[in-house]
Amino acid sequence: MNNRLVRTGLRPLLGVAALTLVAPLLAACGSDEPTLVIYNAQHEPLLKELAPEFTKETGIEVELRNGKDLEMSNQIIAEGKASPADVFLTENSPAMSQVEAAGLFDELPNDILDVIPEQYRPHSGLWTGFVARSTVLVYNTDQVQESQLPASLLDLAKPEWQGRISFSPTGADFQAIVAAVLELEGEEATKAWLEGIKANGKVYDGNNLVLEAVNSGEVEVGIVYHYYWERDRKENGDVSDHSAQHYFTGGDPGAFVSVSGAGVLKSSDMKSEAREFVKFLVDRKGQQILADSYALEYPLNPEVQLEGVTQQFSQLQPPQVNVSDLDAKKVVDLLEEVGFL
Amino acid sequence: MPLGYVLWTTAELGRAEAVDFLWRPRIGELLWNTTRLLVAGVVTSVVVGVAGAWVVERTDVPGRGWWHGLLCAPLAVPAFVNGFGWVSTTHAVQSFPGAVMVVTLSYYPLVYLPTVAALRRLDPAVEEVATALGKGPWQVFLRVTLPAISPAVLGGALLVGLHLLAEYGALQLLNYPTLTTAILQQYATVFNGPSATLLALVLVTFCLLLLGLELLLRGRRPRSRVGAGTSRQVTRVRLGRRRPLVLAGLAGLAIWALGVPLGALVRWLVRGTSTGIEGGELVSALGNTLLLAVLAGAVTTAAAVPVVWLAVRHRGWVTTAIERSVYTASAMPGIVIALALVTVSIRVVPDLYQTLALLLVGYLILFLPRAVVSVRGTFELVPPGLEEVARSLGCSGPEVARRVTLPLVVPGLSAGAALVALAVSTELTATLLLAPLGTETLATRFWSDASSIAYGAAAPYALALIVLSVPSTWLLARLSIRSR
Repeated sequence: MNNRLVRTGLRPLLGVAALTLVAPLLAACGSDEPTLVIYNAQHEPLLKELAPEFTKETGIEVELRNGKDLEMSNQIIAEGKASPADVFLTENSPAMSQVEAAGLFDELPNDILDVIPEQYRPHSGLWTGFVARSTVLVYNTDQVQESQLPASLLDLAKPEWQGRISFSPTGADFQAIVAAVLELEGEEATKAWLEGIKANGKVYDGNNLVLEAVNSGEVEVGIVYHYYWERDRKENGDVSDHSAQHYFTGGDPGAFVSVSGAGVLKSSDMKSEAREFVKFLVDRKGQQILADSYALEYPLNPEVQLEGVTQQFSQLQPPQVNVSDLDAKKVVDLLEEVGFL
Repeated sequence: MPLGYVLWTTAELGRAEAVDFLWRPRIGELLWNTTRLLVAGVVTSVVVGVAGAWVVERTDVPGRGWWHGLLCAPLAVPAFVNGFGWVSTTHAVQSFPGAVMVVTLSYYPLVYLPTVAALRRLDPAVEEVATALGKGPWQVFLRVTLPAISPAVLGGALLVGLHLLAEYGALQLLNYPTLTTAILQQYATVFNGPSATLLALVLVTFCLLLLGLELLLRGRRPRSRVGAGTSRQVTRVRLGRRRPLVLAGLAGLAIWALGVPLGALVRWLVRGTSTGIEGGELVSALGNTLLLAVLAGAVTTAAAVPVVWLAVRHRGWVTTAIERSVYTASAMPGIVIALALVTVSIRVVPDLYQTLALLLVGYLILFLPRAVVSVRGTFELVPPGLEEVARSLGCSGPEVARRVTLPLVVPGLSAGAALVALAVSTELTATLLLAPLGTETLATRFWSDASSIAYGAAAPYALALIVLSVPSTWLLARLSIRSR
C-alpha cells in the first residue's frame, strides 16, 4: 500500500540520479572524429570567424578553450605532457616565448615559416607570428592638443603627466609593451618608468575601459593598441568620437609592434592537423579572413593588406626588438615589485 | 581540503619569500580596500535592511505586502548584473562610495529577510509592556526590539560580509580592486602561482575572523523563552505626518536598487549595438546553465542527506564536527576552492582536470551548506518513533529509509536542490576556472561581453539570469513571512 507513495516520491530522484551518471558519458562521446583542441588567448570572436572556414576547407573539427595569454601559457606548462592542447594562440609574443623556453613547442615546417617575414618570428622556428598590433596613445581631443603630446612613451613617467594618463597593467597587451621597454632600456630604467607612470596614472582592467575613460574625458590619454580605437570607430564610434590616436615614431619604445603567436605543441597527438591549422592561419586565405574581420589587426603575410585604418603597416616605425627576447617572467616580477599586480 | 591546500602551498613557498610577497605596497592597498568595503558595506546593508524590515513589519505603512516583495526583489538581480547596470549608466560609481552603494543595493536583502522573519516571530507583548511603561517608539526599538532580533541581524550581517569577501564580478566592473579581484588577476597572469594562493590565505583569514567575530558578538546570553506568546496582531506604530516621507524613502530604495539595473538592461537590449543578439549562443548558454544547475542541485542534495542524517540521528562530537566543517568550507570564496581543485587535479588526478565531474565537486563544496540547511529543516520534523515502529514491524534499515523516511523528506530535498541550482546558475568565479573546455554558462557569457564593454551583447544574458532567479526569490520572500 505504501509502495505507491514510495514509487511516486522516488521517481524524480531516481531520474535525476540516472541523469547524473549518464551526462558525463554523453559529454565525453560527442563525436567519433577527433577534434583539434586550440588554447586560444586571441580575441574570441576572431577565432569564431576563422575556425569554421578552416573546418569547411579541411573537414577537421576544432574546439576552442579561451583564456588570457599568461594564464594559458602557465596552464600549458602546468599540464606538461598531459596537456589536451594541440595548438596555442596568443595575443602577444611573451607568452609564446615562455612556452618555448619550457621546451613544449614542436618545430614548424619551412612552408609555414617562410610565409612570415623573419623579424616577426623567433630564430628557433618553434612558433610564428601571424598578426600584429601597434602601440598607440589615445587622447581626448577636447582636453589635449596634438602638439602637447609626448615625443616618447617614456615621457609619460614625467611629473607633468600627473593624473592625466591611464592603462591596463593586468592585461597581456600592456605587459608586452613593458617587455619591449625592458628589452630596449634595461631593468633599472624600466622600473623607474613603471614607478613614474604608476604615480601619474589611473589603472583600469581592460583596454576597452581605458578607451572609454579617455573618450568620456575621465582621463586625458591612455596607452593601448591601435585596433581598439579603430574597431569602435568602424562599429559605432560610441567610445571613440571624442578621441584620436597618436602614433610614436622613430623606433621609440612607444612605437612597438606586438606580434600574436601560433605554435604546435609537442604533447599533441594530432600534430599534422595542428600544422595544417597554423598553415591555414598564415596563408593568403586565412590572412585575408583575418584582414576582413572585425579584428583590424595587421596581417603579417606580405601578400595581404589591412584596409581602412588610419595608419598602414608600412608606415609604422617600430623599434628593432626580436620577438624571442621578450621576457614575460621578468615583466611580471617587475609589475609585482612596483605594485601593479 | 581547500584549506589544507592553501596552507600546504604556502608552506612550500618558504617563509622568507612569503613575507616578502606579503610585505608589498600592493597588499597594503588591497587590505585597506577590502577592509573598508567590508565595514562600510556591512554597516549600510544592516541599516537599510533593518530599517526596511521595521517599516514593513512594525508601522502602518500602506501596501505592506507589495513593499515586502519589492524589498526582496534585488535578490533576483545578481550583484555583477547590478554592477553592470550602474557602470553602464554612470562611471561615477567606479569609486569607493560607488562600490559601497552598489554592494549595499545587492546585499541588503540578506539582512532584511532574517530581520523580517525575526520581527514576525517576536512576541509583541514585550514591546507593548515597554510602551506601557512610558517608552517612546525609538526607545522601544533600541532597548527591546533590537536586542531581541540581534541574532537574526548578526546572521544577516555575516552573510553580507562573506558575500562581500567573495564578490568578484561587481567589484571588477566597478574598478575597485580587492583581495578577490587580485587573486583572479594573479591567476590570469601566472595561472596558479604561489602568489595567488598566498592572497587566498589572506582572504581565508578574513573569512575566519568574520566567523569568529559573529560568534563573539552573538554571545551566550539565553534568548529562548517558554511559550511563544499569543499569536495576534502587533500594534503598529502610526506614521501620521511622516507617512509621505517613509513612502518616498521606500520608493526611492526600490527605484535605486531595481530601476537602475533593470532600466540599463532594457536600454541596452533595445540598442543592442555591440554585436546584435545571437539566439543560438543564448540558447546554448541557457541549456548549459540549466544542465549544470540541475546536476549540481541533485548531487549536492544527495550529499547533504548523509550529513544531515548523521547530525540529527547520531548526534556526537564527530558528526557535529563534520557538519561544522561543511559550513567552514563554504565560508571560503569560490575562487579559493577552484584554485585548490585545479592544482590538486593537475598534480594528483590529471584525468579529472577540466571535466564536468570536477566542476560539480567545486559546486558541491561551495553550496552543500544551503542543501544541508533545507534538508535538515524537514528531517527534524520526522519523528524517530515512525522509524522505530517500521523497524519493529520487521523492516530492515535500508527499507525503513526507502519506505518511511525518504517520502517524508522529499519536500525538503527539492527545496534544497532548488536553492543550490539557483546559486549555481549565477556562480561566476569557480565556473570561470573549472568549467570544461568550451562550456559557456549564462554567467560566463555575460561576463566575457560585459568586461569587454559590449554592453548590448551582455544584456540578454543578464536578463535570462534574472528570469531564472525570480522563482527562488519569490520562494524566499514567502518563507520569511510565513507565520509561526
